[in-house]
Amino acid sequence: MAGSSWALLLLLAVLAKPVQAQDNDTIARGEYLARAGDCVACHTAPEGPLFAGSRAMPTPFGTIYSTNITPDRETGIGKWSADDFYRTMHNGRFPDGGLIYPAMPFASYTKVTRADCDAIFAYLKSIPPVSQRNRPNDLRFPYNNRQLLLGWRTLFFTEGEYKNDATKSAEWNRGAYLVEGLGHCGMCHSPINALGGTSESEAFRGGLIPMQNWYAPALTSNREAGLGDWSMKDIADLLKTGISMRGAVYGPMAEVVHNSLQYLTDEDIRAMGVYLKGIAEHSPTPPPVSPLPSAESSLLVSLGKTVYDARCANCHGARGEGKPPHWPPLAGNQSIEMESAVNPIRMVLNGGYPPSTAGNPKPYGMPPFAGLLSDNEVAAVVTYIRTSWGNRGTAVSARDANQLRSASLD
Amino acid sequence: MAARVEACTPCHGDKGQGTNDVYFPRLAGKPAGYLYNQLLAFRNGRRKYPPMNYLLEFLSDPYLQDIANYFASQHPPLPPQAATEVSQQVLQHGEALVTRGDAARAITACASCHGPALTGMEPGIPGLLGLRPNYVSAQLGAWRYGTRTAKAPDCMQIVAGHLTEADVTALAAWLATRPAPENAAPAPKGAYALPFPCGSEPN
Repeated sequence: MAGSSWALLLLLAVLAKPVQAQDNDTIARGEYLARAGDCVACHTAPEGPLFAGSRAMPTPFGTIYSTNITPDRETGIGKWSADDFYRTMHNGRFPDGGLIYPAMPFASYTKVTRADCDAIFAYLKSIPPVSQRNRPNDLRFPYNNRQLLLGWRTLFFTEGEYKNDATKSAEWNRGAYLVEGLGHCGMCHSPINALGGTSESEAFRGGLIPMQNWYAPALTSNREAGLGDWSMKDIADLLKTGISMRGAVYGPMAEVVHNSLQYLTDEDIRAMGVYLKGIAEHSPTPPPVSPLPSAESSLLVSLGKTVYDARCANCHGARGEGKPPHWPPLAGNQSIEMESAVNPIRMVLNGGYPPSTAGNPKPYGMPPFAGLLSDNEVAAVVTYIRTSWGNRGTAVSARDANQLRSASLD
Repeated sequence: MAARVEACTPCHGDKGQGTNDVYFPRLAGKPAGYLYNQLLAFRNGRRKYPPMNYLLEFLSDPYLQDIANYFASQHPPLPPQAATEVSQQVLQHGEALVTRGDAARAITACASCHGPALTGMEPGIPGLLGLRPNYVSAQLGAWRYGTRTAKAPDCMQIVAGHLTEADVTALAAWLATRPAPENAAPAPKGAYALPFPCGSEPN
């Protein structure tokens, strides 16, 4: 009897070990995928416990608070099944059928496979449970009525996992899956309309991010953030370390690199690069149309050169060549030349640091000039860098500069 | 390191000595532990000032420690004392609060924590010299209104809560009249006992 018990125990131990190892593999894969989805950016409050939610997210419709996705049974997702979790990710509904506000990027996450959703769920079930009640949202009428979301979903939500494009390589498809799905890049890089939706035909065509007032450039246009003529090395450097020979990330994209992209494997970053290069078009260059009369533009340019030589040239070079990767080049830099001047104006006003990453733990920062330059000087120097050294941007006005002084820095 | 912290210099000066803007403080020579606590508080939003919160948001703890060490190790001279606009009577009130406090109103003397020479103590208590009255006054206000907080027990929040507007004006003005001491370095850790527990200066 004792002998057979021992044998049984031994057998169980032998059987249990691979299962445990498999679970650990799934959990590790889930953790990786949760990074790719940047869940932490919304579901963890500043200084709050991991994934316990209650982070305030200002939207044009009021403030939404993220939810507790730790495995606490009462206040988190401890009672959820893998089916419940998949339905949330895939269909944007809570287990009770309730509709989820699209601040949660389920229109992107719907593309995530069942196996990947299950791995993320296994990971979330493995982290420490935190008892913290969800904060009620503070949305204005009529947006506080969740039933309105039915209309939003009809207009802007197409349910369905990512389907491989057989005409493209496996690498391209992997990149598309990550960019369109977990990466939810379209949440910022697609134009957003007054109803907080984006249409599929406009995907990745760029837009001003509501509330944050940063411009998320088009990924489809080489005149904006299109990577068509970038080398794979520069793309990988930018996405993984936050800096590259072509430019660096600041603002909301610094958040994405800091919390998400720096943790992805070289293979996945490469796949994203292949896909992003694939969707970038060499859009015909329209002649620059300045909103300012040319006499005013040329006055701005001459003041701009004075400001540039005094304040900027030391780091960015007399001809805008920069000292990359730490001091980005301004000449031939898409984010300087593109139609929207919001980002260059903001950088001059508020400065900024790229994120600390494993590949660039101690980034160099751009000083804020809001207190040192007048609106006219900001407009002049931004006009100068947008129109010099072969750059084909347009002039900006002192009014443009002034309006961004009050833009939110949160 | 100097090139890495250039983003700090338009407001705080190239060696952290401060600039003409009276609301931006001197950083140079403050204890590294104090500066690090402030950088963490700005990054995590516990101390609210949007331009600082924005700049630091994605910088790592070890890097913030390096930045704190850099400014702690800078020793540009203290600025010359500025002429004061307040009356002798107000200055005397300020001196009394800083050096002796006011036991009747449960106000502890500034010097009892910030040191008899007001140069602070390692690792977490800052010196009070070389700061403009507007800055000191704004910080005491920020504690009262909760836009500046520190690790619990947040003793400065308690102290600031006992001060009136007139007290703040007086002590900030008197502090700004103090000449630079021979030795502006903060006192070593444990040089004197604190009158109450302080989250920023654990025993």
